[in-house]
Amino acid sequence: MQMSLKRLRPHDSVPILIFLILAAIPVLALIRSEDYLLSLFERLMIFAIAALSLDLLIGYGGLISFGHAAFVGLGAYAVGILSAHGMHDAIIALPVALLSSALFAYVTGVVCLRTKGVYFIMITLAFGQMVFFTASSLAPYGGDDGLTIAARNTLGGFAFFRSEGSLYYLIWGCLLGAYCFCRMLVGSRFGRVFRGAKENALRMETIGFNVYRFQLAAYVIAGMMAGLSGFLLANATEFVSPAYMSWQRSGDLIIMVILGGLGSLHGAIIGAGAYLLLEEWLSAFTEDWKVIFGPFLVLVVLFARGGLLGMGKDLVRRLSRG
Amino acid sequence: MSGALVFVQVLNGLQFGVLLFLIAAGLTLVFGVMNFINLAHGVQYMLGAYLAVTFYLMTASFLLAMVLALLAALAFGLLLELAVFRKLYDRDHLDHVIVTFGVIIFLDHGVKLVWGSAPLSLPIPDLLSGSVRLPGGILYPIWRLVIVAAGLATAILLYVLIAHTRVGMLIRAGATHAAMVSALGVNIRRLFTIIFGLGAMLAGFAGILIAPILSVEPGMGDTVLILAFVIVVLGGIGSIRGAFVAALVIGLVDTLGRSFSVDILRLVMGPSPARTIGPALASMLIYLLMAVVLYFRPTGLFPVKGR
Repeated sequence: MQMSLKRLRPHDSVPILIFLILAAIPVLALIRSEDYLLSLFERLMIFAIAALSLDLLIGYGGLISFGHAAFVGLGAYAVGILSAHGMHDAIIALPVALLSSALFAYVTGVVCLRTKGVYFIMITLAFGQMVFFTASSLAPYGGDDGLTIAARNTLGGFAFFRSEGSLYYLIWGCLLGAYCFCRMLVGSRFGRVFRGAKENALRMETIGFNVYRFQLAAYVIAGMMAGLSGFLLANATEFVSPAYMSWQRSGDLIIMVILGGLGSLHGAIIGAGAYLLLEEWLSAFTEDWKVIFGPFLVLVVLFARGGLLGMGKDLVRRLSRG
Repeated sequence: MSGALVFVQVLNGLQFGVLLFLIAAGLTLVFGVMNFINLAHGVQYMLGAYLAVTFYLMTASFLLAMVLALLAALAFGLLLELAVFRKLYDRDHLDHVIVTFGVIIFLDHGVKLVWGSAPLSLPIPDLLSGSVRLPGGILYPIWRLVIVAAGLATAILLYVLIAHTRVGMLIRAGATHAAMVSALGVNIRRLFTIIFGLGAMLAGFAGILIAPILSVEPGMGDTVLILAFVIVVLGGIGSIRGAFVAALVIGLVDTLGRSFSVDILRLVMGPSPARTIGPALASMLIYLLMAVVLYFRPTGLFPVKGR
């Protein structure tokens, strides 16, 4: 314990603080008996997982995917469709959710990653729309209106997901797992090649790495993580709908990553939190919160480069300088 | 699936394609010349429609409303360019996406505040309402033919502008060698503003043309925006010719796919699965087409040379 604590570097304090705060939310909700806090933060952490996986692609790989919500939707629809056929156990639903999003990521990744820059943005957007329209036309599974899930998944027969508290900590655990996994991945040899390809793909090719295969692997991993968040989302809301994978949702995910600050992983969690809490706060203020939120985004890009994390660092630097 | 029905659907597809071309033409130029991703382009189409409705209510003349709406769309496009987008040309694509996304969120909701969220409609001018009898005895609305004609005329006009005028020459040069054009003493900033204004006006024009047959509502620009992007990418970024070909292909494939997918599938399977799979397949069709084309030609059908 002593050893492992010593190995922590000072910049680990922010993510640790984030996870401690998230872990303490249910206690706060219990004390102030505000149940909506639980569902709000469940949603927040679920989107944080999706944003985390997108940060992997954008922040570390320079791959601006504009169809990331499709993977979330696939994960969610796996739960919904299986449940419509009477299969309620996560032992089936989770692997199906992960595998279907991984398969979709692989098939589309093969095509998308052949293109670069603007073309990549547009083609991921198009694939995202493809899934969206397919889900909208699935009449047996609710079509446009979506599908209400009869009951949350069981886990090996136990109704583990059905208590709000245990679901909360399950999601918390998934977020922590996803975060640690990404951290590990980014620091590994694989991650260094992937990051190297962002800086200069040609250089990595010349050194002898097949950049395409590394990017494809990362794309599949990110897709699976987003699928996991979809699986959790379906369980938390007990509802799936094509709206989960609209292109606006993909845009929201990009905004979360940018808002928090690219390429830091915990920035994605902060961004997801900031986005959803801002939405919650503004919409309590006025019904027309979007009229405020739109210009806010414009101002963030024009004046606050590096996102909230960058602004925070700036502030700390200025304060410490006196 | 009679011959006459196919003919009508081909006309519908053509009309849709021409409309998409009007939107995609501006988008591909803004993309190609400024290397700027403008998600807010669909909003210009929506605004065109809303402005036409407003000016029609004020003037009671379709033609006057159209001219005023075009001018207002142009003014609005220039305002956006000068106030916001101009500052972003040298930023990376991600910043473009976020800012223009913010503009969409703002305007999609903004029109609700100004015009209300109920769908509006614009009447077809009397002279052009009603239908004509096509060879084969089917009735076809005149206004849809007007859209096709207006779209084709605009395409020809654009061709003349781009291929045979000085501004067009600069636009073509800007699409391939922006830095060189600037180095030769052309005011590239002003060229950018001209292109942006032109694109905004074309999208607004598309919105005005479609307003009489589609309901004018918030978010109407979002669906066509994605299709316009598919067209731009398919045709090759910066290529007007590519956008024209791709727009017609997408318009036809989408319309025909939606009309006949169930009938075609019934040839190979039972009616009930065909009814389920047909619509899903139809809505995937254009994206599959795009994936196939980009797999073999990653820079689109008519890549602009020098990029």
